[in-house]
Amino acid sequence: MSTGPKKKKKKKTIRTISPDRTPMLEQDARVRARNFAEVACGYTLEGALREAERCLLCPDEPCVRGCPVEVDIPEFISKLTEKSVRGAYETITDTNLLPAICGRVCPQESQCEGVCTVGDTLEPVAIGRLERFVGDVAIAEGWQSVPYVEPSGFRVAIVGSGPAGMACAADMAKAGCEVTVYEAFHEPGGVLRYGIPDFRLPNEVIDAELEKLRALGVRFECNTLVGRLFTVEELLIEMGYEAVFVGTGAGAPTFMSIPGESLAGVLSANELLTRCNLMRARDFPDYDTPLQAGARVAVVGAGNTAMDAMRVCLRLGAAPVYCVYRRTRNEAPARAEELHHAEEEGIEFHWLTTPVEILGDGGLGVRAIRCQRMELGEPDESGRRRPVPVPDTEFEIEVDMVVYAIGTSANPILGQTSSLRLDQRGYIVADERLATSIAGVWAGGDIVTGAATVIEAMGAGREAAREMKAYLGLRDTDVVYLRERAGGVGKRFGIDVREHNYARVTA
Amino acid sequence: MVAPFEIVGREDFSDVTYLLEIFHPRMARAARPGQFVIVMGHDRGERIPLTLADFDPERGTVTLVVQAVGKTTMEMQARCVVGSSVHALVGPMGNPSEIGEARKVVCVGGGLGVAPVFPQARAYKRSGAYVIGVVGFRSRELMFWEDRFRSVCDEFIVCTDDGSEGIRGVVTAGIERALADHGDVDEVVAIGPPVMMKFCAEMTRPYGIRTVVSLNPVMVDGTGMCGGCRVRVGDRVRFACVEGPDFDAHAVDFDDLMARLRRFAASERAALERWQGSCRAGVGG
Repeated sequence: MSTGPKKKKKKKTIRTISPDRTPMLEQDARVRARNFAEVACGYTLEGALREAERCLLCPDEPCVRGCPVEVDIPEFISKLTEKSVRGAYETITDTNLLPAICGRVCPQESQCEGVCTVGDTLEPVAIGRLERFVGDVAIAEGWQSVPYVEPSGFRVAIVGSGPAGMACAADMAKAGCEVTVYEAFHEPGGVLRYGIPDFRLPNEVIDAELEKLRALGVRFECNTLVGRLFTVEELLIEMGYEAVFVGTGAGAPTFMSIPGESLAGVLSANELLTRCNLMRARDFPDYDTPLQAGARVAVVGAGNTAMDAMRVCLRLGAAPVYCVYRRTRNEAPARAEELHHAEEEGIEFHWLTTPVEILGDGGLGVRAIRCQRMELGEPDESGRRRPVPVPDTEFEIEVDMVVYAIGTSANPILGQTSSLRLDQRGYIVADERLATSIAGVWAGGDIVTGAATVIEAMGAGREAAREMKAYLGLRDTDVVYLRERAGGVGKRFGIDVREHNYARVTA
Repeated sequence: MVAPFEIVGREDFSDVTYLLEIFHPRMARAARPGQFVIVMGHDRGERIPLTLADFDPERGTVTLVVQAVGKTTMEMQARCVVGSSVHALVGPMGNPSEIGEARKVVCVGGGLGVAPVFPQARAYKRSGAYVIGVVGFRSRELMFWEDRFRSVCDEFIVCTDDGSEGIRGVVTAGIERALADHGDVDEVVAIGPPVMMKFCAEMTRPYGIRTVVSLNPVMVDGTGMCGGCRVRVGDRVRFACVEGPDFDAHAVDFDDLMARLRRFAASERAALERWQGSCRAGVGG
């Protein structure tokens, strides 16, 4: 690195950059499979700078379009190459307030990194790791881009404090609205808190990101079950909110209706993860919530939730832990890194396998799971090849705990308690602009689309916020007039610096 | 100024049964008979579901009657004094009981179940129905809310296991008497231990009388997310927290319910022993 007067940088080409991604330090698989500390330790400054240099700053910017919230990725990476982590942070938080979370949990391989130009020939730029690095530095340094926003006078209620609600809350607060987020659990964060385990997303990171929302003026009201304590209609009519966003998330876990599912050792991944993560059953009896962890566990399903459930079971001391999935590794819906980590940690995979019965031990417990082999047949509506049972291939796997992670169905509470229109499967009907059947109420995330990813939920929260601002007659602060990219003075914190109601206050 | 979830009233009915009146004006207004809450005693506590025993919009309070049977409920018994607060209280949860067209109703409460069936008896009384209350206790000393319950009933039948009050026997003896005296009972509502509800269901089944029970299985969130509270009703698996807690007693698989209630028996025993040990040592709450 030159310390002299600034030299004109040589243009990077695919031949001049490092062909391999800068590795991220990880806990050794054998060690980490027995603890709840974070698996991936993140980049050092040096590592991040080295990786940032691999970005060609190509003119197409496919990565930006690959991101559900359109983070200006080349801009933040170029700030990094200038050693301005703060600048990179400002750029990311223009569009995404939660980089430390997204850098950890986004499926980058099917988003920004999946379309990266470098990835056409070499390993793509590790955008997710860089984003995480920037987010972590911001938390460590206590950076808080707190704008002074003149109140718009509008009050907005958000139902659910998960990723969709958090993203929506941030945007509405930045537009000067008084935002209250209602959460049924005793702690905010939604699936980030109860679902995603600490070794993937530490609680401190969630706390730090929530703190940023509070700094923007967002209020969180926990222990509040909207629909039952008061209805969505009451929020609008009696409680004085001008707009409502519903982001209540995933619903009831799906079981398979095979014999043996009532046995004590059979539970949903949601229950396992909530007990372990939110309720801290892993620290039983210091915490009161029990979780009788199995010694040998089978997890049914191969999505991110399944991977989390398996790896939690390992850390609770189970061995072996099996994954039972009716398709092959290629069709597994989990994020590539999660699947890879699960394999490294010693999960035993039974691909092309489906359970047909859970066998009891004579008492309340589970003795084994009886499975059948599958093969892939013709493609179904989803385009994936449909698994078909192979006759006479039943076999038993000896386990004492079976965890289902095969999806969820819609949560019924708001349907039971409001006039919100639902589709046939019970999800809230929202149009392409996320408006529901009640004027003034928008909905997004899993309660509209069914199970999806954290970043998609955040994207929906932001989309709804745009529509809510339009409905309230608030100018869309995302639209930046006279944007000057080079100096980076056009937009701060996602708001045009020329906005009359905006002044920058820096922590 | 009252703190969130502050306990403003407490009454001890026996060594193990106690009443907590908690300040929560919004919940007091929203609550309906048959609904439940989830409580966390302290920040390391577990979330336990309890059916509302009463709610008073004027006082701005909700009432819970709790039986100290395990670590969590014993610790609450020790800690929850007037002026203190519980860590978390969420509700009302679940579907309210249907207070339907029934003109003659038998409301059955067994032991602790007397408390949660009371709001339903009162609602039926207010709807103009003829209410026959049947309450069962092990013995006279354990009785509570007799006057309160009696005040919303047209007839009131007490059963005690030892015969120290009313009919000697369990609540099914009381139901039998009510059905013998009245050939036109439209509905029976029974709340109590699962085995009691099971026998109530068997008692009324031959009569073909609509019988409703309130189920209280193990829950974590209580919002339909974890699936821990699933019970077999008819041929289907239902989630008690969002599809109940009231179900048709003649369709409920009580054996399944009772087995699932014992899911964490070993851990619960261990927690209790550890807690009692620490109490004796003078360290615990």
